[in-house]
Amino acid sequence: MLLEVNGLKTEFFTKKGTVKAVRNISFGLAKGEILAIVGESGSGKSVTSLSVMGLIDYPGKIVGGEVVFKGKNLLKATKRELQKIRGDQISMIFQEPMTSLNPVQKIRDQLLESIKVHMKLSKKDALLRAIEVLKLVEIPSPKTRINDYPHQMSGGMRQRVMIAMALSCHPEILIADEPTTALDVTIQAQILDLLYDLRKKIGMAILLITHDLGVVAETADRIIVMYCGRIVEEALVKDLFATPRHPYTIGLLESIPKLNEDRKRLYMIKGVVPDPFSIPKGCSFSDRCEHCMEKCKHNVPALIQSGNQKVRCFLYGDALEEKNE
Amino acid sequence: MFKYVCKRLLLLVPVLLGVVTIVFLIMRVFATDPSENENILGKYATEEVKIAWKSKNGLDKPLAIQYVNYLKGIFSGNFGNSYRTNKPVMEEISERFPATIELAIMAIILASVFGVLIGLISAVKKNSIFDNIGMAIALIGVSIPIFWFGLIIIKIFSGWTGLPSNGRINSVFRPEDGTGFYLLDSLLQRDFEAFWDAFKHMILPAITLAMYSIAVIARMTRSSVLETLNKDYVRTARAKGLKENTVVFKHAFRNALIPIVTVIGLQFGSLLAGAVLTESVFSWPGIGKYAVDCIQNSDFPVIQGIVILTATSFVFVNLFVDVVYAFLDPRIKFSSKKGE
Repeated sequence: MLLEVNGLKTEFFTKKGTVKAVRNISFGLAKGEILAIVGESGSGKSVTSLSVMGLIDYPGKIVGGEVVFKGKNLLKATKRELQKIRGDQISMIFQEPMTSLNPVQKIRDQLLESIKVHMKLSKKDALLRAIEVLKLVEIPSPKTRINDYPHQMSGGMRQRVMIAMALSCHPEILIADEPTTALDVTIQAQILDLLYDLRKKIGMAILLITHDLGVVAETADRIIVMYCGRIVEEALVKDLFATPRHPYTIGLLESIPKLNEDRKRLYMIKGVVPDPFSIPKGCSFSDRCEHCMEKCKHNVPALIQSGNQKVRCFLYGDALEEKNE
Repeated sequence: MFKYVCKRLLLLVPVLLGVVTIVFLIMRVFATDPSENENILGKYATEEVKIAWKSKNGLDKPLAIQYVNYLKGIFSGNFGNSYRTNKPVMEEISERFPATIELAIMAIILASVFGVLIGLISAVKKNSIFDNIGMAIALIGVSIPIFWFGLIIIKIFSGWTGLPSNGRINSVFRPEDGTGFYLLDSLLQRDFEAFWDAFKHMILPAITLAMYSIAVIARMTRSSVLETLNKDYVRTARAKGLKENTVVFKHAFRNALIPIVTVIGLQFGSLLAGAVLTESVFSWPGIGKYAVDCIQNSDFPVIQGIVILTATSFVFVNLFVDVVYAFLDPRIKFSSKKGE
């Protein structure tokens, strides 16, 4: 495994109390793989990705677990070591292309910045590399666009620039945190195609964070479904769409409108995502679940193997989660 | 950009007209009759002398006529003569304004350097001991009475360091017929002893004057940098693996500059209007104290002249700040181009 996350726990210490945003999460990412983490807002998916990058800010803190990248635990790495890895071997793009670029710097300077920090290139070669990556993300006439300011570009273009910036130093992992959420649908498809192609061309692994199962179906190899800071299901894409196990996953898939079905009302999972301060004691999903049993309210099920996939639900076995959250 | 500056300069005309009108009216309505003032005609002036003086200065005419006459004078460059000294207003002012400008520039440089430094450290080390100390200094700076601070600083520093606390320069060194800016004059005349002396005279009043501005600028810098530190592009910069210093300066601070430059401009503008208290405490021969003297003595032409000058310099400082915006933020430059 290129990246291994073991028992990661990230908590936010707010005035109202402690929010356990990520509760004991483990997963691996293989070389060249696209792994999607899916969940609603507040499920802890973005915090997971930021934890991997070591970008959790006050009042948040990683309180346990390890993030092993090429045999090295990033959570134990020094600031300098992390800075060397960030943007070079692991890079990241964000949800909001409109605000993720520095508005007072030219694209050129922002691109060159990371190239200069991580690659020992001459000024001329760095510029050539910058133009090369802009070409790679299919920005038309990169030689002139490189002198633009971010406000002279559309949202889709800016996201391409973000991707170019992330790719400029040949990363082995790209973390894409909702890369298409802020873009309109046609641009979304373009960006996803681009990511998919780039994976093939460059051979990097992608950790795709999204709330959109449609996005996942098109691009990912494997899926992790998160709910309230825990992984509730993990499966290959084809398995998950064919035989979803966890009631939450089933609910999610049911609530996607389908073209060939004539249905008056779209399915809805009842209730809302619980407030982070009052998550049910047992299974986090118990208060919204149609199959909720008495034990679900008091005990947390373990993530168990069921067929080809892993699921955290008492419908598929009685194993309990170890109490180490 | 050029077009924009011209437009702004044209706007100066209505601004000044408004300012002149208001000051003219306020003085005529609220100030005492200058002919009754002992500093103008003396204690024992007879009624005939007063009436003759009034008619000589056009004060016997209806208000509207006086106003029109004054405007006519301004447009031909004649701001009238001081009632007290009978010297042309512009001469009176040009003797004192350079002192104020010199002190204001010194103070704003001090205030910008220390204000920005304190604010930046407070923002980056938020909630630390540095932040608390910095903000305590800022709180003291805004709330301390300036004349008291001036006296304390004289008491402490003038004694310790032997820095002068009185006037602009030792009269031995006073540069003859220059621009009136002693630092500049002494440099041009290569009289470095005089330069050093003038510089020393400036230190204590400049610190006193800067104290309040330091506080305002520090607070603005802190809040502005704190805001930009939370922006998405700062997270992007961190995700790129940049060093924390680069993240703070190139990304957060650079974007935080606009509000900071705005307060620096506003502070400088008000410093140019003269600092009555500081000038009084340090016997600084500037425009602020002089203006108060003139108001007390109903010296109408001089007051009007000072107000026009102050308003003009305020407008110019603001214009300069607006031009600086365009260099700080490319979005402003481009949108003004589109607007033309």
